[in-house]
Amino acid sequence: MDHTSTLEQVIRGVLITCVLVFFLFPIFWIVLMSFQTNETILRIPPSIVFEPTLSNYSALITGRLESAAGNLDIAFMKNLWNSFFLSASSVLIALVLGIPAAYAFARFRFRLGEDIAFTLLSFRFAPPLLVLLPLSLYFKQLGLTNTYIGLIWVYQLICLPLILWIVRGYFEDISPDIEHAYRISGNSWLKTFWKIAVPLAKPGIAAAGLLAFIFAWNNFVFALILASADKQPVTVGALAFVTASGIQYGQIAAAIVLSIAPTLALALYAQRYLVEGLSLGAVKG
Amino acid sequence: MPHLELASISKSFKSNKVLDDISLAADAGEIVVIFGPSGTGKTVLLRLIAGVEEPTAGTISIDDQDMADVAPEHRDVGMAFQNFALFPHFDAFENIATPLRARAQSAAQIKEGVARVAKLLKIDHVLSHAPRQLSNGQKQRTALARALASSPKLLLLDDPLRNVDAKLRFEMRLELPRLLREAKSTVLYVTQDYKEAMALADRIAVLAHGKFVQVATPEEIYRHPATVNVARLFGDPTINLVETVVGEGATIDLAGETVEIDKAYAGLKGRSVTFGVRPEAVALGDGAGLKAQVMAVTPLNERTVLLLQTKGGAELLASLPSSSPAIPKAESEVTISFNPIGSHLFDRETGATHAKGRA
Repeated sequence: MDHTSTLEQVIRGVLITCVLVFFLFPIFWIVLMSFQTNETILRIPPSIVFEPTLSNYSALITGRLESAAGNLDIAFMKNLWNSFFLSASSVLIALVLGIPAAYAFARFRFRLGEDIAFTLLSFRFAPPLLVLLPLSLYFKQLGLTNTYIGLIWVYQLICLPLILWIVRGYFEDISPDIEHAYRISGNSWLKTFWKIAVPLAKPGIAAAGLLAFIFAWNNFVFALILASADKQPVTVGALAFVTASGIQYGQIAAAIVLSIAPTLALALYAQRYLVEGLSLGAVKG
Repeated sequence: MPHLELASISKSFKSNKVLDDISLAADAGEIVVIFGPSGTGKTVLLRLIAGVEEPTAGTISIDDQDMADVAPEHRDVGMAFQNFALFPHFDAFENIATPLRARAQSAAQIKEGVARVAKLLKIDHVLSHAPRQLSNGQKQRTALARALASSPKLLLLDDPLRNVDAKLRFEMRLELPRLLREAKSTVLYVTQDYKEAMALADRIAVLAHGKFVQVATPEEIYRHPATVNVARLFGDPTINLVETVVGEGATIDLAGETVEIDKAYAGLKGRSVTFGVRPEAVALGDGAGLKAQVMAVTPLNERTVLLLQTKGGAELLASLPSSSPAIPKAESEVTISFNPIGSHLFDRETGATHAKGRA
């Protein structure tokens, strides 16, 4: 049965189109730009008819940027690897630390428990610049400046609260009776955690891990201040295209396309877990 | 030697005392039904025995061994939860196999063990289904099968029929006693359905306000309820209750009319009491005596329930076998008397039953 009138459908279509254009057009335009030279990009009026070129991508991949002013070495592929390595290790460590912590916060009431959880969340409230100045001083003292370990450590400020709070909610949604049933069946507490709690919170863990990965990937300020060229992720690395001889729009576009590709692929892959309603039907609601 | 022994168990959550000094002993193989209205701590009691909660005070012993420091996985109990608590990411087979796997049995033993209980509970055709694909009845049976699978010495069943439809509940009420006898376990069965309690129990323990009000056989509880509340909880239609005062020579005042009751109560003259009479103990006749008008006649399958009103306005329910030859019509007048078996006097202040022949 269709209850919507034609007018409603038309309005709905127009609105959806507006939203899609608003959000997708920039991405579409960036992809187009990445296949153009600076000359065709800066053409007035702009046109979507052009001769595609792979020079931007080849420049990024080979690491040699040829511009009107001469040649420039860039480390974009290194930046891409840094981004991947930093984000993945940060999320991994945050998962290892955050999942048991989230479980503890969800299942046990302990002294100052709520305060600790809230303090961890408050790391997300403070502007990063607030902590950066003291941190950069500490890091110099500790010799952590421009090290992967130092960056991964600081990235925990981004990843850990996200994982802790999202996964905690999922653990709280699991009926404690399911865990009780598993223990009474003759399994230890640890086994119950691994075989029941973690698998059932998997959609939440996937969502939190994905979000944390994207947040870590998109981080700019921490790496800008605490790392130099060879440890910098793509977000900072893209600055290299703003050169003395002008802004390399084509390369920036290609760099953006390459840098959103992994997170996009990850999001598409993890979507499956995000929608999987595992708990449905197991407990009478 | 009792198999399960609870000694002075108390449990509080913050300032809220849920169980207050509870003691109970159950023999091996005995089925004890914990009966009581919701919110009286029945589930909490089972959780304490299973070991997923700890008592505030008191000791729980199984086979004469104190359970205080024994983790739930080492107590050898099987438990079926009211909300089933199946593992959603395991299929029915794996759900039932869980206690067997935990006891490190071989694959063949596990298969055989699951097949045995699945056949018993008639769910062998859905073993490959995930819990969400099972009907409520199948979920309930799967949960029960999981509890039974390892043949635990102690079975804790928390209102397992609560969430299933009326038809299945009726079937299971007939099947469960056989199943439980076959399991040969000591069973603690929680319910708030008095028919279930009567059908299953060797003994019923009536729980109210955190205490056992009466622990006795179903027959005893029905015939000799310890308090007015117990009398009210067992029986359908419920017992007739009239607040009154005992008069001269074992009589009571029923809405202005003097009615004779069991002579054994003669010693209670002047006491404020609640007179209780089971609907099936209200006898109808047509001679002289207490007259009542039949207000409504409701046939309920094998029994017919009549609503009666005396001249003084007291309303009473009477229940007759539907097969009885003379069921009065509505609006007709009958004479009523009270069968001493099924008539009780309760103290109006404490609710406790007055023993017959004793003041």
